[in-house]
Amino acid sequence: MITTEQKGKLQGAVMVVGGGIAGMQAALDIADSGFYVYLVERSPAIGGVMAQLDKTFPTNDCSM
Amino acid sequence: MDVDKCIACGLCAEKCPKNVDDLYNEKIVKRKAIYVPYSQAVPLKYCIDANQCIYLTQEKCGACEKFCPAGAINFQDTEKKLSLQVGAIILATGFDSFDPSPLDHYGYATCDDVVTSLEFERILSATGPYQGHLLRPSSKRLKKDAGRSPGKIAWLQCVGSRDINRCEHSYCSSVCCMYAVKQAVMAKDHSTGPLDCTIFYMDMRTQGKDFDRYYEKAKRKGVQFVNSRIHTISRAIDSDDLLLRYVSEAGEMQEETFDMVVLSTGLVINAKTIDLAQRLGVTLNPQNFAQSSCFSPVSTSVGGIYACGVLTGPKDIPQSVMEASAAACAATVKLAPVRGSLARHEEIAEERNVLRQEARIGVFVCNCGTNIGGFIRVPEVADYAKTLAGVVYVEENLFTCSQDTQDKLSQIIREQNLNRVVIAACTPRTHEGLFQQTLTNAGLNKYLVEMANIRNHDSWVHSHDPDQATQKAKDLVRMAVAKVRLSTPLTQTGLAVSQTALVIGGGIAGMTSALTLARQGYPVHLVEKSPVLGGMARHLNHTWQGESIPAHLEQMVSDILAEERVYVHLAARLTHVEGFVGNFKTQIADATSSEVIEHGVAILATGANESRPDEYLYGEHDRVVTHLEMDALLRTNDHRLHNAANIVFIQCVGSRDERRPYCSKVCCTHTIKSALDLKRQNPDVNIFVLYRDIRTYGQRESLYLEARQKGIIFSRYQVENKPQVRRDGQYAEVLFYDSILDRNISVSADFLCLASAIEANHDDTLGQLFKVPADGDGWLLEAHQKLRPVEFATEGVFLCGMAHYPKPIEESISQALAATSRALTVLTSDQIMVGGIVSRIDANLCSGCHGCINVCPYGAITYNPEANVAEINAALCKGCGACAAACPSEAVVLMGFSNQQLYAEIKMALCS
Repeated sequence: MITTEQKGKLQGAVMVVGGGIAGMQAALDIADSGFYVYLVERSPAIGGVMAQLDKTFPTNDCSM
Repeated sequence: MDVDKCIACGLCAEKCPKNVDDLYNEKIVKRKAIYVPYSQAVPLKYCIDANQCIYLTQEKCGACEKFCPAGAINFQDTEKKLSLQVGAIILATGFDSFDPSPLDHYGYATCDDVVTSLEFERILSATGPYQGHLLRPSSKRLKKDAGRSPGKIAWLQCVGSRDINRCEHSYCSSVCCMYAVKQAVMAKDHSTGPLDCTIFYMDMRTQGKDFDRYYEKAKRKGVQFVNSRIHTISRAIDSDDLLLRYVSEAGEMQEETFDMVVLSTGLVINAKTIDLAQRLGVTLNPQNFAQSSCFSPVSTSVGGIYACGVLTGPKDIPQSVMEASAAACAATVKLAPVRGSLARHEEIAEERNVLRQEARIGVFVCNCGTNIGGFIRVPEVADYAKTLAGVVYVEENLFTCSQDTQDKLSQIIREQNLNRVVIAACTPRTHEGLFQQTLTNAGLNKYLVEMANIRNHDSWVHSHDPDQATQKAKDLVRMAVAKVRLSTPLTQTGLAVSQTALVIGGGIAGMTSALTLARQGYPVHLVEKSPVLGGMARHLNHTWQGESIPAHLEQMVSDILAEERVYVHLAARLTHVEGFVGNFKTQIADATSSEVIEHGVAILATGANESRPDEYLYGEHDRVVTHLEMDALLRTNDHRLHNAANIVFIQCVGSRDERRPYCSKVCCTHTIKSALDLKRQNPDVNIFVLYRDIRTYGQRESLYLEARQKGIIFSRYQVENKPQVRRDGQYAEVLFYDSILDRNISVSADFLCLASAIEANHDDTLGQLFKVPADGDGWLLEAHQKLRPVEFATEGVFLCGMAHYPKPIEESISQALAATSRALTVLTSDQIMVGGIVSRIDANLCSGCHGCINVCPYGAITYNPEANVAEINAALCKGCGACAAACPSEAVVLMGFSNQQLYAEIKMALCS
């Protein structure tokens, strides 16, 4: 069991480093399950490499 | 740049005198030193490239500051350091595409028409350097050149992957085979003239779900596949054409000329990530991927720090998305006691009552930068809107969707006392939610907004004809105004969520889900059809990294049994399911009793089976075995293995054929793992692996390398010329053709191990109970292969493990964690909202004809025999409107799309 003292030290926030498709999905899941998220991305926009892709297989959906 | 002030008008970039390489377009074109990375960037705000800006490097210029109408540019801004307290860290740092410039034999640095796969991706893209026209870069060398299309393109696989000669990347990058196939297919589609596409490969690794089908389809579309690794690309003396020399499968030297060559560059962990890992103390393996155990695939060497995506190994988008959810779940297990402690909730403004008020409609017409304003005369449309009945306020915006515009909209709604809003801009698919939120903030019911799509349906498709496009924009606005006038406020009600989970299947995936849900604080019912837990893993020995599966399994079963929040139901099955997300009622029955449980979510982890081969003397000769049978022999240390002189493995037995046109994904690695174990037990044994393509994808490639170093012999067979097996006393004689030796070989095998296909359960009882589909091969069909890989279209039901597709243990575990993560987003919410845009039935008009029930794809409508009417469950209704269209009595109304609204809209469409 977690004691009150230990609980007091726990932080209900998570940092996600990287705002590509993986970082964005992780951030969304964490926020949607009750935690505060800091999403840190080096470049000026989120999206990562996937935003550079044209279509994706096997469905040939537009990547954007 | 002050991002709160920037309105993304683009004036700064227009005035900026400095041209620099556009990294988004892989440096094929230029951008300015002040820029947005790409037109759909989030956030859509300009930023300054500090290394290139003339002001920041030489303290001259400053044009952007002068011209910015919003005063958003602040050259005095300085770097700020923030200190944050967090309970866990997730690293999702991604990868760089391998840089082939140092490999001079490919001529990448010297030939314009040798491009990387990422450059080719940009060339194909409509937002790319050539606006989606497939052109040779050499023909665009001068900006004014119109460009020429290539007639012949080659792809070279494994550039920067599976290469320990010219770079130190022994691993396979996992994704290049599939993206090369896609690019070849797309290039053929894009090309205006005939286009020859040839892919030069070592092994085609299309092991993912539906990938082999795509590969076969590409072959039928005329994409050529040549099994050869190209050493050198040379340029023709008198032109930009590129010469490739290679050895054909028949052993002959070939020379062929191509217009373009695409290098299928691999995935590389970049120096910044390596530096970050070092500072965090996170161990990377020799290939710079984060070290992790197959049993905890998203944990790093440091407690509290997790990793996902390519950082843990090369992988594709669905696998990255899955791992991301998995990392989210793993990272929050220990934080569960403080869930919600820092979460912030927006305050909701009190809703104004607008019922029975005269319509006061506001119309906001968007320029979308130049997207709309460049082709449609927006001021004319705005003036026209002022003449429409009920319209009291009209405004033009540069970007109606920008954050500052939302604040302004909200203010105008209040000041002008608007009670209906029309946004003439883009598509409701992407932006309706945003404007609904703005209405909510302004104290207006969110269903009182209507969008007129004057971009996707108008300026984009009629860009050649501004007059007609402007007229159409007026028509669309008139229709939207007519419809919104008749809109009424709609309500949503919250239903409580049953905070219990149901997990079906007690294998590794199901147990991982159940245990994690319990550790996240939620009660779980775990249902297993057999009398024991463990599933397929009970028959396996080691992971590809050599970790003991029986030891892990034993630990896991004891953890499950010790966990008081997990209720295990063995030898049990589901007999009835009813309800919907947040509120399911399910009957679980075993041999003697049955009970009904209530649960908010369900996770399907029902696994798959090893198929029984019907060829190569299987079942007729006791020395012909399957993988699992070979594992059992290895586990019991069977003496016959010690004395064996020859052991043969045949790959793709029952996979990648007409009956099962998919790759079973795990067999190549399994074979090599078993072969290495056999070689360790008995170093003198000769081992032959007869294969079609060796698919030791990702870091598993190291096993393939080790196997070849240990003298295991690999021989490739063609599916048209499969090996033959004959009984030879106690031996199995295997006959096959070896293309390198160009002769037929016969081996008297002590054992013949068949890599038999993994087969789906083909039992759709569960599918019917939960109304979830399976694909043609029997695998459970996820909602979206890339972006919703562990969910079904049916809300509240999730999938993981081999029921989805064959996969190794580490992928099953990460998928199980991912399904748990998605399930937690439901379980952790107090209530789910139902209502809004759903159908309603007027019982007085309903004749009980069942027409709506028959067309409802969500099973949301039931028949009430006592009243002889159909009834709709609002929680299951998705608002598709099929029922409203089908009802002959107009008894069904789709809220927000009433017949009166649609008739008004149609009338306005026809009266221009």
